[in-house]
Amino acid sequence: MEKASKTSSKSKRHAAKDSPYHLTLYVAGHSPKSRLAMSNLQQLCDTHLSSKYTVEIVDLLREPKRARLDQILAIPTLVKKLPPPLKKIIGDLSNAEKVLVGLDLSDESGGVIMSSAMEPPS
Amino acid sequence: MPRKKSSGNPVHSEFPKAPTGIQGLDEITGGGLPRGRTTLVCGSPGCGKTLLGMEFLVRGILESGEPGVMLAFEETAEELTQNVRSLGFDLDDLIKDNKLILDTIPIEATEFEENGEYDLEGLFVRLGDAIDTIGAKRIVLDTIEVLFGGLSNQGIIRSELRRLFQWLKNRNMTSIVTGERGEGSLTRQGLEEYVSDCVILLDHRVNEQMSTRRLRVVKYRGSMHGTNEFPFLIEQHGLSVLPITSLVLEHKISKDIISTGLPQLDEMFGIKGVYRGSTILVTGGVGTGKSSLVSHFADAACRRGEPAIYFAFEESSPQIIRNMKSIGLSLDKWVKKGLLQIQASRPTLFGLESHLVNFYNAVHTYAPQLVIMDPINDFLSIGSPREIKSLFLRMVDFLRSRQITLICTALTTPGESSQDTEVGVSSLADTWILLSNREYDGEHQRQLYILKSRGMAHSHQVRGYTMNHRGWHLKEVSGGHR
Repeated sequence: MEKASKTSSKSKRHAAKDSPYHLTLYVAGHSPKSRLAMSNLQQLCDTHLSSKYTVEIVDLLREPKRARLDQILAIPTLVKKLPPPLKKIIGDLSNAEKVLVGLDLSDESGGVIMSSAMEPPS
Repeated sequence: MPRKKSSGNPVHSEFPKAPTGIQGLDEITGGGLPRGRTTLVCGSPGCGKTLLGMEFLVRGILESGEPGVMLAFEETAEELTQNVRSLGFDLDDLIKDNKLILDTIPIEATEFEENGEYDLEGLFVRLGDAIDTIGAKRIVLDTIEVLFGGLSNQGIIRSELRRLFQWLKNRNMTSIVTGERGEGSLTRQGLEEYVSDCVILLDHRVNEQMSTRRLRVVKYRGSMHGTNEFPFLIEQHGLSVLPITSLVLEHKISKDIISTGLPQLDEMFGIKGVYRGSTILVTGGVGTGKSSLVSHFADAACRRGEPAIYFAFEESSPQIIRNMKSIGLSLDKWVKKGLLQIQASRPTLFGLESHLVNFYNAVHTYAPQLVIMDPINDFLSIGSPREIKSLFLRMVDFLRSRQITLICTALTTPGESSQDTEVGVSSLADTWILLSNREYDGEHQRQLYILKSRGMAHSHQVRGYTMNHRGWHLKEVSGGHR
């Protein structure tokens, strides 16, 4: 999954960027991994998704039934419900670049939206 | 292999056990699986692991009043429900009654992207919630190993599995974890390392064109258990393990008396017949009428409306029907009515195991009250005397426990001691009827004698008998004493 190239075309990225993101992060209480995932996600959304997203945090210790309903196994798990397809990322999200690839925040040729945001505008 | 830890009662071990309710398995394990601990059930695909797990849960609910949780990684809830419906278990009802929770994790259908550190707390939360919701006492994880295929961080899975098994123990769950058989190890992922209390191995082989399922208790910490391989069947009421002999002799004994079909013969027994569920051996030389005597038994059973199975090892079914017609018994009438099953086969065609399985299958399918095996001599050629004795012991035990009467015939050769039935079945028999054919005053005289009949007074007379188109007829004895 490290194939994301930063030099590819950016033609499709707007379509992807314009649709709203619906993300759910499943955590279990305030475990270090959960907290790390929350802050990593926060940072990532702030940086790359502007305002077109909603993030729901589900604490399974408070809502244990959600684990079964939403097919959660590992903690933390980040689920992207919208736009389709559904994606599940497990772990503390410490590799931001990989998260963006995993969330399909890239265009068809593999270009990553974050690439434009990370690089200073030319 | 660990056997029992201390001397003491060999059957009831020091650890509490949870009965599985699975026929035979509780006998082999001396009462069931270790309560509050985890048992590993391993075997190749299709060997019946999932079914064993499901039956353990369903019987736990129905027979022990212990709610259960099934966590399936490979099958969907619909598949599971359907698979056990054929065994007469309605999971939907149990789920509705809050006795059972079926949770499925389709791990192979889900793609996880792994990014940084994680643990399997989600699984723990799910299980914990399921357990709390219905007050579960039993849990089955089937097949948890697929985690290794679905997630790439093996280190995390291993440490989480270790934590999971400890957690189950702490929650006092009687659990079954299933695992797939690996090359040179019990399970592909070495689950046996984590589960140390009880390991059961299932096997499915095809032998002599007959598939045989076998079960072996590889390990049972702190408990005595049978270490042999036991054949088991998946039949309409669930799994059935066939212990060679139950570790305990605790058959229910019937006081019910059935007729032999010959009023004169009934008279020779102090109770006017034989006990239902007993084992009767009929021995005699060539042409003494062994088959016709047992056919009278069969006829009498069918007249009472009781199904019977006739295992014929020398003659074919039409042959038997024709021959019995000559003594006035129309067995075909009972065959047509579905009361009598005649199963003809050559003992040498299959191995002992296959015969046993075939035998159990037939008994389960037709639910007879009388089983005839005629004659048992040919079994001698397919196994050592010890094996054959064990085979008969299993059959006799099995039938006795179900109150099914068994009649065996054996051919004796003139000159040999009639006491020697070779097969060694005589000691298992409750009643032993000797037939002989002696030349006497220029004519053949047939004679019958009851050598033994346990638990009753019986005649010690040697009675002459004849056979004609109206069947057997015992001659009156003049001045005989009982």
